[in-house]
Amino acid sequence: MAAFHFELVSPERLIFSGEVEQVVVPGSEGQFTVLSGHSPMMSMLRPGVVEVAGRDLSERLFVRGGFADISPTGLTILAEQAIPLAELDAAQIEKQIRAAEEDLEDAQTDETRQAAAMRLDQLRELRSALSI
Amino acid sequence: MPSLKDLRNRIASVKATQKITKAMQMVAAAKLRRAQLAAEAARPFAQRMEAVLANLAGGMGPDAQGPALLSGTGQDKVHLLVVCTAERGLCGAFNSSIVRLARERALSLMGQGKTVKILCVGKKGYDQLRRQFEKQIIELIELRSVKQMAFSDADPIGRKIIGMFEAGEFDVCTIFFARFRSVIAQIPTALQLIPAQIPTAAAATGAQASYDYEPNEADILATLLPRNISIQVFRALLENAASEQGARMSSMDNATRNAGDMIKKQTITYNRSRQAMITKELIEIISGAEAL
Repeated sequence: MAAFHFELVSPERLIFSGEVEQVVVPGSEGQFTVLSGHSPMMSMLRPGVVEVAGRDLSERLFVRGGFADISPTGLTILAEQAIPLAELDAAQIEKQIRAAEEDLEDAQTDETRQAAAMRLDQLRELRSALSI
Repeated sequence: MPSLKDLRNRIASVKATQKITKAMQMVAAAKLRRAQLAAEAARPFAQRMEAVLANLAGGMGPDAQGPALLSGTGQDKVHLLVVCTAERGLCGAFNSSIVRLARERALSLMGQGKTVKILCVGKKGYDQLRRQFEKQIIELIELRSVKQMAFSDADPIGRKIIGMFEAGEFDVCTIFFARFRSVIAQIPTALQLIPAQIPTAAAATGAQASYDYEPNEADILATLLPRNISIQVFRALLENAASEQGARMSSMDNATRNAGDMIKKQTITYNRSRQAMITKELIEIISGAEAL
């Protein structure tokens, strides 16, 4: 299969850059697959898993908040957060979710409650992404 | 003429100070490397973002009424100045130069009869501005507990700015920070956040590609613009962090060198007066012996 250039960038750093053959992107309107020669397109992302497949690599990363930009030169995904699935552990996340739920109950001020609620939402997204 | 003991004490105290400044310089050098790497790593994202925004804004056409974040409120009565400074001192003119730039802007805006609001990020800027602009400062955001600047630190600031904008609390927002050029040069910079400034040259070239948009152009732009604010704040904070460490490193280097000079000078004075003392005592003994 023909290869094309793929970049995954988060605000903190460039996470992935290289030649790949196929990328599955969780678009806001539905999941889609990008192959070489895809027509130029821009799509928002929903929290989900990006699957990257190349000649001798395959990687799955969880991304949140951002968009994908497909140009004639390649695919760029800008994500606010991106974590390789290999680094995630379902049991760990369950534990964190429980901790976050407790935090939410104990929250005294509006600010901490909001922060806890946000954390909980993010963790739940993560869990649902993992179970796919 | 200070006594020998005084001189000895003075030399010892300067030596102690020199050790501290030397240590601070080395710490700053290590931190600078990390901050510089972080600032560089953040660059691709911001560049892509800019390209995409230019593309989108170019595609909208000049007459299309874009979101308020892009086109502004159509007024410029109330200005919000976001002043980013360090949390700590002892970094040369770093804080003062940012504050000076912000102060000049604030005074000139007030001179034109505009309303100024100031949002301080970093305690040092707040301390300096408080004397003059007590009434204008609306909030101080401290990042003292932040060791390594992460996007999650900048995001709340960006959200706060957008929240205020949507509540109609200001028309124009400018962020002040020091751009990192090199260890000896940090350039205080004012960057306009709202209305967003999109490079027009890039927009012209980007508009050629016919893009599919999902969901649609306006929606994407509406989501991206607020995010872009957070990104810009994040970048400013990263640049600031690198600049701060650079400024601290060079100012501590100067301080160490000054301390070295001072020690040298004091040691010479000390040796001279010790010598003079010995000579005096000898003369006293000899003339005493001669008198017998």
